[in-house]
Order: sequence, then structure tokens, then C-alpha cells
Amino acid sequence: MAIEQPDMRVSIGPLHLQNPVMTASGTFGYGEEYGSLVNLHRLGAIIVKGISLRPRQGNPPPRIAETAAGMLNAIGLENVGLERFLAEKIPFLEGIETPLIVNILGDSVDDYQELAARLDGEEKVAALEVNISCPNVRHGGVAFGTDPEMAHAVTKAVRDHFSRPVIVKLSPNVTDITVIARAVEEAGADALSLINTVLGMAIDIEAEKPKLANVFGGLSGPAIKPIGLRMVWQAAESVSLPIIGIGGITTPEDAIEYLLAGACAIQVGTANFINPGATEEIIRGIGKHLTARGIDSVQELTGRARRR
Amino acid sequence: MRAYQQQAEIVRSEKLSDDIYRFTVNMADIAAGSKPGQFVMVRVAEGLDPLLRRPFSIHQVAKGGLVQILFKVVGRGTRALAGMQPGQQLDMLGPLGRGFAHDRPGQHYLVGGGIGIAPLLFLAKRMLKTVEPSAIRVLLGAATGTELDVLGEDFASLGIDVQLATEDGSLGEEGLVTELMASLPPGEGTVYACGPYPMLRVVAGISRKKGWECQVSLETMMACGLAACLGCAVLRRDMNGYVHACKDGPVFNADEVAWL
Repeated sequence: MAIEQPDMRVSIGPLHLQNPVMTASGTFGYGEEYGSLVNLHRLGAIIVKGISLRPRQGNPPPRIAETAAGMLNAIGLENVGLERFLAEKIPFLEGIETPLIVNILGDSVDDYQELAARLDGEEKVAALEVNISCPNVRHGGVAFGTDPEMAHAVTKAVRDHFSRPVIVKLSPNVTDITVIARAVEEAGADALSLINTVLGMAIDIEAEKPKLANVFGGLSGPAIKPIGLRMVWQAAESVSLPIIGIGGITTPEDAIEYLLAGACAIQVGTANFINPGATEEIIRGIGKHLTARGIDSVQELTGRARRR
Repeated sequence: MRAYQQQAEIVRSEKLSDDIYRFTVNMADIAAGSKPGQFVMVRVAEGLDPLLRRPFSIHQVAKGGLVQILFKVVGRGTRALAGMQPGQQLDMLGPLGRGFAHDRPGQHYLVGGGIGIAPLLFLAKRMLKTVEPSAIRVLLGAATGTELDVLGEDFASLGIDVQLATEDGSLGEEGLVTELMASLPPGEGTVYACGPYPMLRVVAGISRKKGWECQVSLETMMACGLAACLGCAVLRRDMNGYVHACKDGPVFNADEVAWL
């Protein structure tokens, strides 16, 4: 008797992926960095390092610090800028069949709008992920992610200038994530991704000063998984948009928890740093879990824990 | 450049002093592609804490796919690593980064401080394939003699002139390795240095005065080693933006970076 392979395909609104596992922005470079370590063709989607209109230098070092089962970063959105991204990074990604999702960030609504319009002309870009939630820059960034009106305005600007799916990445650094989630839904987003990093800090007790030059940074890694899971659960309750779960996913079991909480896909972030093979291991592990439980399609996992 | 992620067996663990260890691990792909000055990222624990890999420069490469790393116990990660035994597997990623460019004419000065000596043995051995031992001089410094004796002999056994300095005077000259360097004769030469940042800053200054090209291997915090996290930023000489130790380095020309 032939063993039926479970169906790993997922749809995030109008975006169709061969499996639900993507790379989180800022943890996978522009794809090429992992080219010799990961079979990029096997991934659900590649989400690249956040791109701004102009290049950004980023924050002074130290930019990272290790914490208990996690890490803090204050990279400051260092990136090559739109022009160099189009000239130098897209050609490599065009050779990869996996859908490319570009994470965009700006200082103003106009910035986001221009990025959306320019990237709409790039066929390889399957979707945009709008970063309204980076905690490490002083202008824009998190201000958009914590104010429902601003989140709405940014989302709408991108929506109006980009013809393919728009995903909005939410910050956990808010009192009530459902307020922002609803504002973004109303503005016409196709999907939500959450969570970005959790604002935190660490202090060097010998030097008696903060470990990060930026003082505060974004906490990521296994330490934040319970927070991400809780927020995905809350968002799934308050909006009808598809949700992409992010936050501390390191193993297939972590990914499955997010799916059960209501996510239809997930992103692997910090785990790429500690185990470049993490994404492929998670894809295989989800498949095994489905087979073991006799579940035909990964889509059946979404929100299953909510119905119990 | 191709990087590999490999499970590598620890075949030998040597304790060189109270807190300095040398591991020999079997990882053929990484060994075959390595150049002096490149590094590996090592997972120091199986669980999630400590979470991040630790970077170690490649200390030596031997026939049969063997690679050595040399490390000092300085925190939780290196303490966990020191507890690992021969027969256990290490998750290694490498070879990574840009190594030393050693195809230079004239005299070669290898200057190492403390655990920064690690990549220089690999460099010396690779150099000896093309230059005479008399064209290489090795200057090593450490806090005390027990951190230097075994390593000093490793270099000396290659027929290379080795000068040692210890801060407590227990081995070689009493003082800093930079003092040994300052007394070197002038002439055409290249400096290859690795050690603590304050030492490298002085090494860069002396090299400039003597008209020597100076290559330094810089140590920074880093999470991935693959130019994805961008955590290992180093300020450019012109103070306008950053280079990254994992990809643009860890070996830099001293003129590329700002000395703060």
C-alpha cells in the first residue's frame, strides 16, 4: 500500500506556498548567505532583510547580547537600500523558485508608499511584509506599530500601491494587539505576521552599563515563544485575516503549536543563526507529525487547539 | 566560498593551562577548505541555553580531516565547551570569513596576544610552504607563562624564531608583546596580528610608524557568522558605516577600520 504524503501546501489569502515554513526577516540575509547550507528551493517562502528606500548604516556596536535561551539585538535596520537590493540581490533570488517576500520599512507613510510602488514592478516579489514594528530605530518603525491610526495609514498606503499580497508585521510591544490587528485588517491587509521582537535590555555588571550601545534591543529566540503564541491566539480571535506565526520557533513542535493556536504559516528566525538547517528540519518534522496522526493536510492544523 | 554544517567528533582534548583548552575534531569538509585566519562557529550545548554558537579561529589543520580550535574559558559558553569529552560530537559551521593574505614579500611578523595566538600557528605552517623559516618571526604575549609555554614550543619546533613576553615575567621578557614588537629592526615587512583590541590598536600604530602592512584579526560578538544577523559591526576607518567581522573579516587590513 502506498503511503500518502500529507499535503503541505498552504494559502495565505491569495499567496500560495508549497509549505508553511518561511524565513523571518533579518535572520536570513538576502537568501544567498544561506545558499550553501540550506536547500532554498524547499522553503515555503524567503523573507529577506528589511529594505528601506535609502541604505541604512545601522546602530553602533555592541549590537547583540545573549540572554537566557534568547538574544537581544539592536542592529538598527542596517540594509543596502532599495537600489542596491534591486541591482545586486534580486538577480540571485530570481534563480530560486521559492516565492520571495520583501520586508519593507520607512520613516514616513510616503517612504512605504514609494517602496510599494517600486516593488510592484518587480515580478519576482510575490508579496510584501510591511515592518511597522522594529523597536530599534527612533523615527517611524515602532511608532507606526503601536498607534492604530498610523498602522492603518501605512497599511493603506502600501495596499493602494502594491497589487499582490500585503502582509503586515505586528509588534508585541503594545497593550492590546487586537486593536492594531483590527486597524490593519480594516486598511486592507491580506495577512498579519506576528510577533516581532520584544523590547528588552541587559546590563554588564562589570562595566556597569548596558550591554547594547543602543541600550534597548529586541529580544528573540526560544525565550519569547510563549508570548508570540499568546498573541497569535488573541489575533486569531479578533480578525479573520490569515496569520503567520513568529517568535522563538526552533523545532517542528514549536511550529505546530503556532499552527494549532491559529497561524496558517510560520516564520523561523533566530533558529537560523544557531542551526542553519532549522527550516528544513521543521518542514520535515511537520510532515512526520501529520503522517503520524493521520492528518491529510497541514491546513487542518490551523486553529485546532481553539476548537477543543 | 562554501560553508558546511557538520557534526564533528572530538578526537582529542588537551588542557594546556588552568583555563586554556585545545580540541582536535574530525571534520573533513571544513578542514579541506580552510585558510589561515578563517573561523568556525561552534554550538557549545545541545539545549537552548547558552543559545548562540561561539566563533573560534582555526588553530591548525592536519591531515585526515582534523581541525584544532584553541580556547580559553571566559564565560558560560566556553565553560560548557570545556566540559565536552573525546567521542562527543560538536556541531560545527565553517570555514567562515576572510583570512590572512600572506603572499607578501619581506619579513613576516606574527604577533599574538593571549588566546589570540590561536590562528597564528595555522598561518605559520601555511607560510612555511612558500617561505624559509628565517623569513618568519613570531612574537607572543600573555599574562603568565603557563598560557604560553606549549604554544611557544609548537612554533619553535617549526624552526621559527620565537620571542615571548609575559606580564608577570614568568616566561620570556617581562612586559607586553607590543614592547617586543617596538624593538624590531626596520625593513620591508608585514604584520599579522591577533589578540585583545587594545593590543591590536598599539600593533597597528607601531606598524604604521615602521611602514609595515598590518593585518589584524578582530573578535566581536556575533550570532550567525554568515552575514545574516549583522551583529558583528566594526566601524570603518572613514567613520562612515560599518564592515562586518564575519564576512569582510575577521582579518582586516588595519587601515580599513577605525581605532577607537
